[in-house]
Amino acid sequence: MAEKRFKMNTKKLLKGAVKGSEYKKEALISYGILIIGYILLQLGAMAGMIGHNLQGQFVPICVYVSLAISLNLVVGISGELSLGHAGFMAVGAFTGILVARVLERSLSFTPLILIIAILAAAFMASIAGFIIGIPILGLRGDYLAIVTLAFGEIVRNIMNVIYFGFDSNGKLRFAFNHTIDGVANQDRIITGAIGATGVTKMASFTAAALLTAFTLFVVLNLKNSKQGRAIMSIRDNRIAGESIGLNVKKYKLMAFVVSAALAGMAGCMFGLNYSTLAPIKFNFNTSVLVLVFVVLGGIGNIWGGMIAAALLTVLPEALRQFADYRMLTYAIVLIVVMICTYNPTIKARVNMFMDRFKPKKKKAKTGKEAA
Amino acid sequence: MKKNWTRFLVVALSVMMVFAMTACGGGSGDSGSSEGGDNVLHLGGTGPLTGPAALYGTAVKNGAQLAVDEINAANPDGVQLVWDMQDDEHDAEKAVNAYNKLVDDGMQIMIGSVTTAPCTAVAAEANANRTFALTPSASGPAVTEGNDNVFQLCFSDPNQGIASAEYIKQNYADKTVGVIYNNADNYSSGIFDKFKSEYEAGGKQLAAVEAFADDANADFTAQLNSMKNAGVDLIFLPIYYTPASNIMTQANKMGYNPTYFGVDGMDGILDLEGFDTSLAEGVLLLTPFTPYSDDENVQKFVKAYEDAFGETPIQFAADAYDCVYAVYDAFAKTGLGTDAGMDEICEAMIGVFTSADFSASGLTAEKMQWNAEGEVDKTPKVCMIQDGKYVEQ
Repeated sequence: MAEKRFKMNTKKLLKGAVKGSEYKKEALISYGILIIGYILLQLGAMAGMIGHNLQGQFVPICVYVSLAISLNLVVGISGELSLGHAGFMAVGAFTGILVARVLERSLSFTPLILIIAILAAAFMASIAGFIIGIPILGLRGDYLAIVTLAFGEIVRNIMNVIYFGFDSNGKLRFAFNHTIDGVANQDRIITGAIGATGVTKMASFTAAALLTAFTLFVVLNLKNSKQGRAIMSIRDNRIAGESIGLNVKKYKLMAFVVSAALAGMAGCMFGLNYSTLAPIKFNFNTSVLVLVFVVLGGIGNIWGGMIAAALLTVLPEALRQFADYRMLTYAIVLIVVMICTYNPTIKARVNMFMDRFKPKKKKAKTGKEAA
Repeated sequence: MKKNWTRFLVVALSVMMVFAMTACGGGSGDSGSSEGGDNVLHLGGTGPLTGPAALYGTAVKNGAQLAVDEINAANPDGVQLVWDMQDDEHDAEKAVNAYNKLVDDGMQIMIGSVTTAPCTAVAAEANANRTFALTPSASGPAVTEGNDNVFQLCFSDPNQGIASAEYIKQNYADKTVGVIYNNADNYSSGIFDKFKSEYEAGGKQLAAVEAFADDANADFTAQLNSMKNAGVDLIFLPIYYTPASNIMTQANKMGYNPTYFGVDGMDGILDLEGFDTSLAEGVLLLTPFTPYSDDENVQKFVKAYEDAFGETPIQFAADAYDCVYAVYDAFAKTGLGTDAGMDEICEAMIGVFTSADFSASGLTAEKMQWNAEGEVDKTPKVCMIQDGKYVEQ
């Protein structure tokens, strides 16, 4: 039976590869959402139609959208449940902040500092992804989820005892598990559980949107490449994949490390958007939040995850008018959306309701089916 | 294929609708601020109203509300205050969002944020936007650093060390002083550093200094023996109440009974479960506010707070109450009307707060003054625990 399913999947995949129409459509929608969203928000901000509250969320929205895209690579495309995404984000964020603070002393061109910081963040996060990936990618399903969860917590706890700062001679000092003597308050870069302080805000909406576009570019192209199809075929049937000579570990690790690097870049952008950043931010809740984006948008559906990430980032702020009942409302909305999007009865009802308004479309559908 | 496109269109449209709605929200907020012509001054603040730190945020919200109601009732024809507190979940990202929402809604002066990390993030934004901010309780030094528009009503962590050292030198000059502190904790080591340099400035020496690295530490025998051998009869404890309770219990078992001197982290020791509170008798602590004070104003405040909210106010509520009065008095001194913009008010308020002739008095201190760094200068209040209550010294 497994063989039969594999055959079918391979057929589908091959068809997709030959025609490439699925890929084109997905890419068109994903880039479309990003570009239209960027232009609308930018125009709205320039016209003064968008308030400070939403403007302040432009960068976090892009960051969370990037995170959703990169996690989709592991959860949707590689088919592994990862609960440690915030860990990679943390590695990227603190690396980026450290690099930016050091470079700030000699460079004055912010975009250059930002790019170097992001590259450094991607590098460190991919190393973290590689180190954690090697031993755990033999694990599957729930076991992998538990280990990645533990990884996220380990990263956060290590960040809790790391100290960086400039001493009075301007030299970079590092300490583990104790504060550094002779470092003035304003020269502290990372101070254990207090985290990073005195960060210069370097992130901008344009930079963050470009980062999202880059993330999208990497993930979509990987998905549509030979390697991507190998990753997906392993997801669909590991044994069959091995039998035709695919190196399972290599492909799984590839997806995992790329995802980690992209999460590190997003984390760096996030870190450089606020003057302070504490390790507690990257706890289990943040990992789950990103996973919620992915699940809500449809596992493996890149643009669905993008929309879910943007909406769920804005939602708690849009609900501020409910005052005391804000978080309660947020939770209820989340549950309702989760149930509605996955309930076949409701889905069918909604489709029926929609179809009533689109007589033309029915024709198109039947036409397509006939063809 | 076409079906999917229409689906996409529906989703895209709903996305746009949500954005339009939020934009509208911002718009109506702006029109709210233009109503400032009715002599209304908008105060805003952010603090944790949900989550584990909600106790602090709620106290600030209620304490400030009490002061706002009093001011509005006392002078119905004068400047009327509006107080809007937004939840930041004790998270820097959410605090910036909450701050931006307040700006959209026409906030003119900020009271907050309540906790240090969110306040640090908000302070940078407020500095860029020129919002005047007076925080009731964010005591970390990073809050005011580089931000000329942010002021603290509470002592900053290092200044607690200075205030304690001065008090001990004045009132307990003949005691032999030792310190036990947590060297892995920024709060504790920050206070200790300043305490040591201030105490030893006059030629005095600390007889013994011992450190530990974890608040969960249960065994302090080594540290206590060192204190005892050095003849210490006053131990300064710049630590939280849980390790402090262990120290007191173990010292008592050793038959060693020095005087203890704590800072605001000691507040809460009487409510600690499983701790024999009789051991805390005679403990001195630096705290800006005690609900058991005989002070007439404090009693009035405590009664009003209990009537309105059904619980005894904590230090944070009193800090917020004082913040509102300080801001109200300073605003009157600027001579600006309530129709002034946020940035105009900010520059004027900085001028008033840093001027030598401005001082604010309230529940937590008399004649508080501020320096250009935004730190408060006030007489510390020291309480002694007697019969299970704080008694002001």
